[in-house]
Formats: sequence, C-alpha cells, structure tokens
Amino acid sequence: MGISIDKSILAIITTNQKIVPAGTNVFHCESQQEMFEITKNLEAILDGIAHALKDDLFIIVKH
Amino acid sequence: MSDNHFIYPILLGVAVGTAIRIYMLKTDYRQYPSYLHGKVIHLALGFIAAGLGTIIVPAIIKEEYTAITFLTLAASQFRDVRNMERTTLQQVDMYELVGRGNTYIEGIAVAFEGRNYLVILTSFVTTAAYLYLNIWAALIAAIICFFICRKLMSGNRLKDIVEINYIEPHFEGAGLYVDNIYIMNIGLPERQKEVLKYGMGFILKPKNFNAKITISNLGQRQAILYDVSVALGVYRDSGTPALVPLAKRDLEDGRIGIFVLPQTKEIEKALKVIANVPILENAIRVPSRTLSQGKQEQ
Repeated sequence: MGISIDKSILAIITTNQKIVPAGTNVFHCESQQEMFEITKNLEAILDGIAHALKDDLFIIVKH
Repeated sequence: MSDNHFIYPILLGVAVGTAIRIYMLKTDYRQYPSYLHGKVIHLALGFIAAGLGTIIVPAIIKEEYTAITFLTLAASQFRDVRNMERTTLQQVDMYELVGRGNTYIEGIAVAFEGRNYLVILTSFVTTAAYLYLNIWAALIAAIICFFICRKLMSGNRLKDIVEINYIEPHFEGAGLYVDNIYIMNIGLPERQKEVLKYGMGFILKPKNFNAKITISNLGQRQAILYDVSVALGVYRDSGTPALVPLAKRDLEDGRIGIFVLPQTKEIEKALKVIANVPILENAIRVPSRTLSQGKQEQ
C-alpha cells in the first residue's frame, strides 16, 4: 500500500487559455474533443473521477 | 440416579441445538454466501454451544452448582466469534467492488454471536424437559424453541418502512439526478452515456418519521447498495471510480435516491431485492418513542 491522496484536485483540463496553473497541473487543449480524450485518459491513469465545472473546464478529483 | 440416565437427554439436547444452528446458518445465505470452511467453523461452534447448554441441567441435578460458572467461559468464547466474523468480513470487504460497510458487518457479527446463545437456550430447555418430564415433552420444547429462534432471528425488511419506486436516472448538465435528488457530477459525455445505459434509479419514500431517520443511516444505505450489487451484478471495475453506485438523501423530505449500475437491468428483480434488504439493528432509530419527541408531537 502506497500513500494515497484523498479529496484533492489532481488535474485541470481546459480549453480556456486564460486559466493558468496555480498549484495544480493544468492541461490546455485546442478543442473540446481533445479535452474529452485527455480527461478520459487522465481519469483512468489517476484513478479519479472527472467532473465538469463548466463546458470548457474539467477537473479530476480523487475521492 | 446413575450417570447413564443422562446419556440420552444429553444426546438429544446436543442434536437439537446443532440442528437449530444448521437451520439458522441456512437462513443467512445471502450474508455469508459460499464459504464452506466458514460454515464448518460455525457448525463446530454451534455444536460446542449445544454441548454447553445441555450440560447445565445434569450439573444442577448433580448439585454441582459451581459448574455453572463455565457459562462465563462460553460467553467469552462466543464474543470471540463476533470478533472473528468482524475481522474476516472487514478483510474481505476491502476487495469487494461494492463493499458491505462496517454497519452491515457489525450486524452480521452480532447475529452470529446471538445465534450461539439461542442454541445454548434451546439445548438447555430440551434437556431439562427430557430429564424432568419425558422425551415427548423434550421434542415439543424443541419445536417451540425452533419457532422462537425463527421469530427472533428474522428482523424487519426495508419494505416494512419505505415505499420503493423505480425512476430512470437523468442528467442536468453534468449533474446526475434520480428524480430531483442530486447524485454526482459526471463530466465526460462518454461516461454519461454509459451511466444512462446501465444505470437504474430508485426512490425510497419513508413511511414515517422513524423510517426517515433509519434509512438516512449511511451504513443502511451501503447495505442496500451491496445487496443490489450482489443480486444483479455490478457494472464496475477497479480504476473506474466514476461508475460507483450511490445513495443520496433529499434533505427536504428525507427520501433516499438510490443509483446503481447493475450488470443486468431487471427492474422487477431489483425492486424485490431492495424490498428484502434487512434493516440493520445498528441503524434502527425510534425517536418517536422518546419523551421529547412525544412532547413535540403534542
């Protein structure tokens, strides 16, 4: 058993170029399609849940 | 009275006690499904319990009153049964896709301990009836004990306290809803499609105030999710935390929205399973019986 992090935002995926990284990794995407792809992969890799905050803003949260 | 007089009553007491334990082991198959070795352990302990219960009567007749103190040994022995059950189930629970939850586990563990005491009681009564009356009285006593045990061991079911309705889950934006109860935020359109395809929603409407408090218990809700997942399978794997069955509460009126992802989408069967979920002893609340509540109602 390794160390696991609970209830924290692991990554931010967005097409909004104004959002800048501030403590959390931000993945900037060109299109919404690319955003869905990256979110899907990150969800599986990080073992977290992808939540949509806005149409152009996704976060991966570990619960 | 020679020692031989005791042989048949003791044998009968032990046999009846063990038989009762076997019967009670059968009734809880859903809680303790297929562990053959687990069954052997409980049969052996049931046999020991039956032996202890039986021996009390000859001990009294022989005026060996101090011998009764071995019952304290029995009590600590069967408390260990509870610990054993709890540890085993907690260990196993970590590797379930949908866990039982600690409240359910505690309920099962308590039931296992309680059953052994019922076996002791049955054996005691049967042997006493045999020795003081005759074998027919003993058999009648055994049958009465059988019905008492059955009554004591069958708790209430969910259908007694709630109305259950099927409702198709739906999305409002990224939010997943069952009726008007918010379940969770699922962002990816692909996941949303999966959830709508496999997901089932149920609304549990409590019949009274006590039921409202009882089903708000998190352990009780987990028990419902577990039972449905066992009966219908679960569309889930490790590494897909988004596909998790959840039960959320409507804060306004205490209704519970159940969201599950079964492998087979059989509404009738799911309704039946939910209706038969046991009400966990540790979740039962009867605030209406307390004085303060009575005053409030007046």
